Amino acid sequence: MSTGLFLVQALNGLQLGILLFLVAAGLTLVFGVMDFINLAHGVQYMLGAYLGAALAAATGSFWLGLLLALPAALIFGLLLEVLIFRHLYDRDHLSQVLATFGVILFLNEAVKAIWGAAPLQVPVPALLEGGVVLMPGLQYPLYRIAVLCAGIATALGLWFLVECTRLGMLVRAGATNAPMVSALGVDIRRLFMLVFAFGAMLAGFAGALAGPIFSVEPGMGDHVLILAFVVIVVGGIGSIRGAFIAAVIVGLTDTLGKSLMPDLMRLFLDPSAARQTGAALASMLVYIAMAAILAFRPRGLFPARSG
Amino acid sequence: MSSLSRRAAMGGALGLLAAPAILHAQPAGGVKIGLIAVQTGPQAALGTQLRDGFLMGLRHLNGRLGGLTAETVMIDDELKPDVAVTKVRTALERDRCDFIVGVVFSNILQAIVRPVTEANTFLISTNAGPSPLAGRGCNPFFFATSYNNDQVHAVIGQVCEDQGYRRVFVLVPNYQAGRDAVAGFKSRFKGEVVDEVYVPLTQLDFAAELSKIAAARPDAIFTFMPGGLGVNLVRQYRQAGLANIPFLSTFTVDEAVLPAQQDAAVGFFSGSNWAPNMDNAANRRFVADFEAAFNYVPASYAAQAYDGAMMLNSAIRRAGGRLADKDALRAGLRAADFTSVRGNFKIGANHFPVQDFWLTRVAKRADGKFQTEIVRKVLENNVDPWVAECRMR
Amino acid sequence: MPRLRLDVALTLLVLVALALAPFIGLGANHYLTMFARMMILAASAVSLSFLVGGAGLASLGHAAAMGVGAYAVAILDAHRLTDITIVLPVAIAAAASFSLLTGAIAIRTEGVNFIMITLAFGQMAFFTASSLAAYGGDDGYTMYDRTEMFGSRLMENRLFFHYLCLGFLVLCWGFCAMLLASRFGRVLRAARENPLRAEAAGFAPYPYRLLAYVIAGTLVGLAGVLFANATEFVAPAYMSWQRSGELIFMVILGGLGRLSGAILGAVLFVMLETWLPNLTAHWKMIFGPLLILAVLFMRGGLIGFLGTRRG
Repeated sequence: MSTGLFLVQALNGLQLGILLFLVAAGLTLVFGVMDFINLAHGVQYMLGAYLGAALAAATGSFWLGLLLALPAALIFGLLLEVLIFRHLYDRDHLSQVLATFGVILFLNEAVKAIWGAAPLQVPVPALLEGGVVLMPGLQYPLYRIAVLCAGIATALGLWFLVECTRLGMLVRAGATNAPMVSALGVDIRRLFMLVFAFGAMLAGFAGALAGPIFSVEPGMGDHVLILAFVVIVVGGIGSIRGAFIAAVIVGLTDTLGKSLMPDLMRLFLDPSAARQTGAALASMLVYIAMAAILAFRPRGLFPARSG
Repeated sequence: MSSLSRRAAMGGALGLLAAPAILHAQPAGGVKIGLIAVQTGPQAALGTQLRDGFLMGLRHLNGRLGGLTAETVMIDDELKPDVAVTKVRTALERDRCDFIVGVVFSNILQAIVRPVTEANTFLISTNAGPSPLAGRGCNPFFFATSYNNDQVHAVIGQVCEDQGYRRVFVLVPNYQAGRDAVAGFKSRFKGEVVDEVYVPLTQLDFAAELSKIAAARPDAIFTFMPGGLGVNLVRQYRQAGLANIPFLSTFTVDEAVLPAQQDAAVGFFSGSNWAPNMDNAANRRFVADFEAAFNYVPASYAAQAYDGAMMLNSAIRRAGGRLADKDALRAGLRAADFTSVRGNFKIGANHFPVQDFWLTRVAKRADGKFQTEIVRKVLENNVDPWVAECRMR
Repeated sequence: MPRLRLDVALTLLVLVALALAPFIGLGANHYLTMFARMMILAASAVSLSFLVGGAGLASLGHAAAMGVGAYAVAILDAHRLTDITIVLPVAIAAAASFSLLTGAIAIRTEGVNFIMITLAFGQMAFFTASSLAAYGGDDGYTMYDRTEMFGSRLMENRLFFHYLCLGFLVLCWGFCAMLLASRFGRVLRAARENPLRAEAAGFAPYPYRLLAYVIAGTLVGLAGVLFANATEFVAPAYMSWQRSGELIFMVILGGLGRLSGAILGAVLFVMLETWLPNLTAHWKMIFGPLLILAVLFMRGGLIGFLGTRRG
C-alpha cells in the first residue's frame, strides 16, 4: 500500500472515529453519571437520523432539518427520561437493559410503521456537495470534512464544558461519586435529567449528521450501539477524554484493519483465501483489540469511577 | 374416581382439545399457500416486494389458483433460520399448507428445504436460488421461479468480457452469497481481477474500500451489495467522485433501494432477468396494476413472485385441481405453461428456470420515480451451470 | 418461605404440564416443535441464571457457547460421525474449552466491561462460524440426520425427543440448584456480594467464578447439541449477540436470582414469540411497552410479581 493510500485510510479511520465519538459521548456521560445502561441510545441515534431526514424533506433544507432535529431529539430524550428512565436509576443494570431493550423494540417498529421499511433518502446539502481531491481519481467529499470538523468542534466544546465550567465539574463529580454529590446538596435529579437530555441530543445530532452518508433505515442504530459500547468500555466509563481516544482507536483499527488484513494474510495464504480470511479477521479486529485492552486494563483506559 | 370414568374424562378433554384441529381443517375446494418472506428488520422491504408481487398475481387470477380458492398464510422468517424452520413446520402441520412459496434469502431457504420437501409439499422459491439446490441437492419437490444465484453474477462477467474491460475491481459482502457472487462473476470474466474485497454485512462506511478503488484505477467495478449496503455504497461512491469508473452490479441498484439512492444511482448498471420497462403485454399489465395498487415501483422480487403465482395457477389447472396428486402437480410445474412477465421462460431439468438475462441501467422516469431499464440482452436461454450435477429424473 | 415455594411450585406445574402435553391433545408435531424449543431454551436460560444470579456474571456471549455445541454436532455430521458416543464428548470438550479460554480473560473484568467482553467473544465466534465455508458459512448447515443413540435413530422419534429435552431440563435445573446450595455456591454468592470480604476470608473469587463460567458454558453447549437436533439445521445466527440478549431477557423476565424464574421466563418468551405475531404484524410495538411496564411494575420479574400478590 502506498503512503498516499495509507494517509487516506488513516483519514477515513479518523472520520469514522469522530462519528463514533459523537454517539459514544452521550452514552458514556449517561452511564458515568447515572450508572444507567442506556441501550436505547442506538435508537436515539436512529431517531435523530429520521427526524433530520423528515424535517429536511418537510422544510426543503438540510440545514433547517438539522437545526430542528436537535431540539426534537432533546424533547424526545426528555420524554423517555421522564416517562421511563428516571424510575430505573436505582434498579439493577439488567432491569435497565430489559427496559431499554423494550424501548428499542418499540421505536424500531414505530419508525418502520411510520416511514416504512425501505431506507430513506437524505440529500447532501448543496453547500457541501463536491469534494477535495486527495489522490488522483479520489475525491474526499466536503460533507465528510464538515462532519469531521463538527465532531472535533463538539469534542472541544464538550471538553471545555466538562473541564472548565461549574456544570462540568458537577458532571465529573457525579461520574466519580454520585451519592456524594447528592449529599453535598446538589439537585441530583435535575443534573441527571440535564445529562440525559444532552446525551440524547448528541446522539440525535450524530444521527442527523450521518443521514446523507449512511442508509437511514429501521435498525440502523443497532450496530452503531455495539460499537459505541465498545468505545466507552475501552475508553473507560464516564470519561469523555477516554471516549474520544477510544473512538479514534476503534475507527482507525477498523479502517486500517480492513485495508491491511487481507494483505497481511497474503503472506500465509493464497490470494482468494487470504482476502476472505483477512476480511473475517478484520471484522473481528475491533473486538480482539477490545479484549486485549481489557485484559491489561480491565476498567478501560481512563476510568472515571473511584473505587 | 374410578379408572374408567377418569379415562372418559380424559377422552372428553382430548375431544374438546382436538376440536380446534378439526375446525382448522381445510374448506373443500380450496388451496392454502404458505408465503414466507422476511418482514422484520432492515431487509423487510424485500419481503414486502415479494409478498405484494404474489398478492398481485392472485388478484389478477381473481383469488383462484387453478380454479381453487386460494388462501394465503403469511410467514415472517425474521431472517432467522431456526425461526423459519419452526414457523414452516407449524404452517405444514397445523395450517396444512399445500404449497410453501417465497423466501428472499438463501440461508433461510436452505434451512426450510428439508422440512418442506420431506413433508411431500412443494417448495417454490421466488427469489433465493442457491447453487446446492440447483446441483447435487436438486429435489423433486423444489422449484425456483427466479434464477440460480450464480447466473445473475455471470451476466456481469459476460458484460465485462463483451465491453473489453481487462481490469475489474470486485467488492462484495463477506457471506456465502457474496462468495457465490464472486464465483459467478469469475465463471465468465477472464480478465484480471484487480482486487477482491469482502466487507462485513454490518458495514456502514465504505471510505476505506473506495480509496482502494481509486488507487487501483480499474476499468470497472463489479459489486453485489444488497439492501442497506447498496444504499450506502452507491451514495458514497458518487460522493467520492468515482462515478467515472463504470459501476456494474447485481441486486445493488434494484427498485427496492432506488428510492433511497435516487439520483446517485442514475447511470449505474445492473444484471438482471427482468426490468420494469420490459416490453410485453403481461409485464405492462403487471407493472401498471402493481404501481396502481401499491404505489411503488416493483423490483425483480415482486415480478418473480408474480410469476410464481401464475406458474402455480397453471400447474394446479393442469392437474385438474387434484392437490393430492403430487406427480400431476410436478408435471404441471415442469410444464410452466403460463405467460411470464419476462417473456421467454421455461423450467429446466433441475427445476430452475431457463431464461434470458439482460444488462439494465438505472434511469429516472418522467414521474420522478426511479427504475432499471433494459440496455441489451446478454445471455439467451441461459441454463445454470449446476444442472449437470442434478441427478433427478 | 412462601415466596420460594410458590415459584418452584409454579415451575413444577409447568414441567408436569409439558410432560403430560402429548396426552392431552397437544401432541401434534408442531406443538412438539414449540415445546422442544421451549425446553431447550429454558435449559439454556437456567444455566445463564446460574451464572447471573449465582455468580453475578451477566454474560452477553452465552449463545456463542450454545452455538459451539450445535456446531460440534454439525461439523461431525459433515464427516458422517453421528453417534452420540462421539458427538457428546466432543461437544462437551468444545463448549468447555471455549468457555475456559474466553472466561479466563473475561472474568478479570466486571460490570459492564464483563458484558462487553463476553459480547466481543460471542461476536468473534459468530464471525468465525460465518467464515467456515465448508460447513455452509452464514448460509448455515443442514444436517443429514439427527444424532444416533448407540446406533438407533431414537432421536428422530418426536415423542422420545420431547422427553429427552424435558429430562435434560430437569437435570439442568437440579444440577444448578444443587451447585448453588453447596459450598461452591455459597462462595460464589459471597464473591458476588462482597468480593473484598470473600478475599479476606481466604477465597480467591477468580477460580470459583471461572469454574462457574465453564460449567454454565458446558451446560448450554449440551443444550446446543439438542437444539441442533431439534431444528436439524445449524447457522452462525445461533451465536449472535441478539440471541444472547434473548437468553438474558428470559432470565430477567422470570425473575433475577431464581433458576425457576429462568424456566418460566423461557416458556413465556417462546409463547409470546409464537402467538403475538398472530395478533398484528407490528406486534413489537406492543411487546416493547409491555416489557417496559413489566420492568417498571413487576420488580423481581414474574416471580417477584406473583410473590408480592401472594404476600
